[in-house]
Amino acid sequence: MSEVGPKELRIVGFLCNWCSYGGADTAGVSRFKQPTDLRIIRVPCSGRVDPLFVVKALLNGADGVLVSGCHPRDCHYSDGNFYARRRLEMLKRLLPFLGIDDKRFHYTWISASEGQRWQQTVTDFTKQIHKLGPLHSGKEAQQ
Amino acid sequence: MRVGVFICHCGSNIAGTVDVARAAAELRKVPGVAFATNYMYTCSEPGQDEIKQAIKRENLDRIVVAACSPRMHELTFRRTIEKAGLNRYFLEMANIREHISWVGLDKEANTIKAIETIKMAVAKVMQNKPLYSSSFKINKRVLVIGGGVAGMQAALDCGDGGLEVVLVEKSPSVGGMMARLDKTFPTIDCSICILGPKMVDVAQHDKIKLYAYSEIEDIKGYVGNYEVKIRKKATYVDWTKCTGCGLCMEKCPSKNSYDYFNFGVAPTKAINIPFPQAIPKKAKIDPDFCRQFTKGKCGVCAKICPTGAINYEMQDEIVTEEVGAIVVASGYGLIDMDKFPEYGGGRYPDVITGIQYERLLNASGPTEGHIVRPSDHTEPKTVVFVSCAGSRDKSLGIPYCSNFCCMYIAKQAILTKDHIPDSQSYVFYMDIRSPGKGYDEFTRRAQEDYGAKYVRGRVSRIYPKGKKLVVVGADTLLGTQVEVEADLVVLATAVTAAPGAAQLAEKLHISYDTFGFYVESHPKLRPVETNTSGVFLAGAAQGPKDIPASVGQGSAAAAKVLALFSKDMLESDPAVAKVNENTCVGCLKCKLTCPFGAIQEKELRGGKIVASVIETVCAGCGVCTSTCPCGAIQLSHFTDNQLLAEVNAICQK
Repeated sequence: MSEVGPKELRIVGFLCNWCSYGGADTAGVSRFKQPTDLRIIRVPCSGRVDPLFVVKALLNGADGVLVSGCHPRDCHYSDGNFYARRRLEMLKRLLPFLGIDDKRFHYTWISASEGQRWQQTVTDFTKQIHKLGPLHSGKEAQQ
Repeated sequence: MRVGVFICHCGSNIAGTVDVARAAAELRKVPGVAFATNYMYTCSEPGQDEIKQAIKRENLDRIVVAACSPRMHELTFRRTIEKAGLNRYFLEMANIREHISWVGLDKEANTIKAIETIKMAVAKVMQNKPLYSSSFKINKRVLVIGGGVAGMQAALDCGDGGLEVVLVEKSPSVGGMMARLDKTFPTIDCSICILGPKMVDVAQHDKIKLYAYSEIEDIKGYVGNYEVKIRKKATYVDWTKCTGCGLCMEKCPSKNSYDYFNFGVAPTKAINIPFPQAIPKKAKIDPDFCRQFTKGKCGVCAKICPTGAINYEMQDEIVTEEVGAIVVASGYGLIDMDKFPEYGGGRYPDVITGIQYERLLNASGPTEGHIVRPSDHTEPKTVVFVSCAGSRDKSLGIPYCSNFCCMYIAKQAILTKDHIPDSQSYVFYMDIRSPGKGYDEFTRRAQEDYGAKYVRGRVSRIYPKGKKLVVVGADTLLGTQVEVEADLVVLATAVTAAPGAAQLAEKLHISYDTFGFYVESHPKLRPVETNTSGVFLAGAAQGPKDIPASVGQGSAAAAKVLALFSKDMLESDPAVAKVNENTCVGCLKCKLTCPFGAIQEKELRGGKIVASVIETVCAGCGVCTSTCPCGAIQLSHFTDNQLLAEVNAICQK
């Protein structure tokens, strides 16, 4: 990825439209500064996130993937985030079998009003990924 | 495929920290992109014209607008391209403002991030398919939740506009908090005198169906077609027979029931009518205190009732109403006194809350408008008001201002002087917040004409000394400690979300903030809409606000409902799930996971079972798409291919 600056790593975020995407918007409106590594994909609901999207991203160049939805019981679609939680928790446990450190994947719940929480989440997760370094240096896969 | 990319400067909002010209130049190199440009304000009329002209001139068939959040302007640009003859779903937005220019400090990094984000949008838009909405009929009835002043205003305005209204109120009477107030600021006109006629209008309006002492049990459906289950709580009094004569209340021997209407200032009877102007004026039994329920024998009210309305066997009843829109005006709550151990935590009878003091001032209250100390029923001569009891206090998790306390304290100080001319009021305040029309003049009147002593500082402790209460505080203007020996202390307790606000939000599928207040669609431009179409907000359920603001929002919400119902048909969102009947294996896992029951079994001619989506019921979450083992059910506009195209645009090893 020639375009990525020397310090940046590749982080992909799947954000539900109603809560977390709004939360990221709120963070923007409030000018809460964040690291620039993250690239955001908008999905209607965290329940729309197929675990294969995450795997595909990680296998094809992403160093970390973040999924964020509405808080449990506050889902715009009643309980899409509960389905997300089940699938993503399972995925987190499966990642080591693919030779990927499960710390590279994180899922969380952020509401549309929680701009500050979004800032914190992005900052912490980016730090965590930088600590792990690039996924595709081949080190992790050999272990 | 010819994609057009329009990158907005948004003045300096984007262009200040993103090199938009370079982004446009980079995008021109992307395969499929036929045209890319940057423009000062893409959402402006000339900006939109530029898009329309470019579509014609460059023969573009897909459009990417890189600007603000799609939550802001997606609809604007969908309309723009539609006017130029493209299907509205041939638009994608790249959010380079909220997610990039406003949050990143480094221009170089921001520019790269913007370029990649736009490339993702280009990859997605190239996968987009044209979608067409169908129209469906709407039920032009409206549900109003909450019978306070905001809800009543919304109900009356909708009713006057010709809509059938279902008004659900949790307590036994409409009126809400305003019905408890004595006078209102800044005019000091009598609260119930201006509210009473509205309450009567609600009761007598031929379009309004009132469910008092009822709660929302369950809500199903979507804009235009909601099915609402309402729990009519058991009152143990047949309201069709009750005439509101009050004889039962007079004779009831359980004299120590908690009075919810008066916030416990004085006890009431176990069977009671909350206040003289109550609408409906009907009695109800509180089973927590009624001897018939607690001891199993009494029956006095049943014997005395002239119409035989008492029914100890009554059960809750669930009724179903069908409506097309919902106005939520469920009001607010107040923080408990036990959060303030330094002020006695509710243990000192003469430390009361602002709303309790309001009941003491009120002629229809338990003391008939005589201000007396709850402890010994003597007239207080020194009254201390403590503002911000909980408000603007991060340690209690309430960083916000409760909006109207400064004003009601000034009003109560004025009324105290009116009731007891030789009294002296002290007001401990952090700041005086009086930004409304005629408000600042009013707080000055309290000080200058009524002699209320305003002390800028907080109260650290209240302790009893003989019959008095010593209020210890700081005067930050003089830099000294202040001690006042008070007869009565009034705490302006913080406004909180109404009890049960979160549970109601979950039934409505609307969001609430950290404090439990409901979140509006846009803080400035869509203040009474929610992100759930067909659900509107009014009053303090959205955040602390005073009467004029609540009434304003009630009318605003009604206007929104009337506008929504001005059409006979609504257009459905075509971004719903679709089944590929060739690849569907009929496992129906999608049917099991669908939160809305939008998926049915369907038998094809050859006997093969497949899933089938009821388009009007599908809300477009896509849970089914992630569930389907063979990718046969795809959520339109967010298909696997579309989302993977975005992933692939940035993840290419």
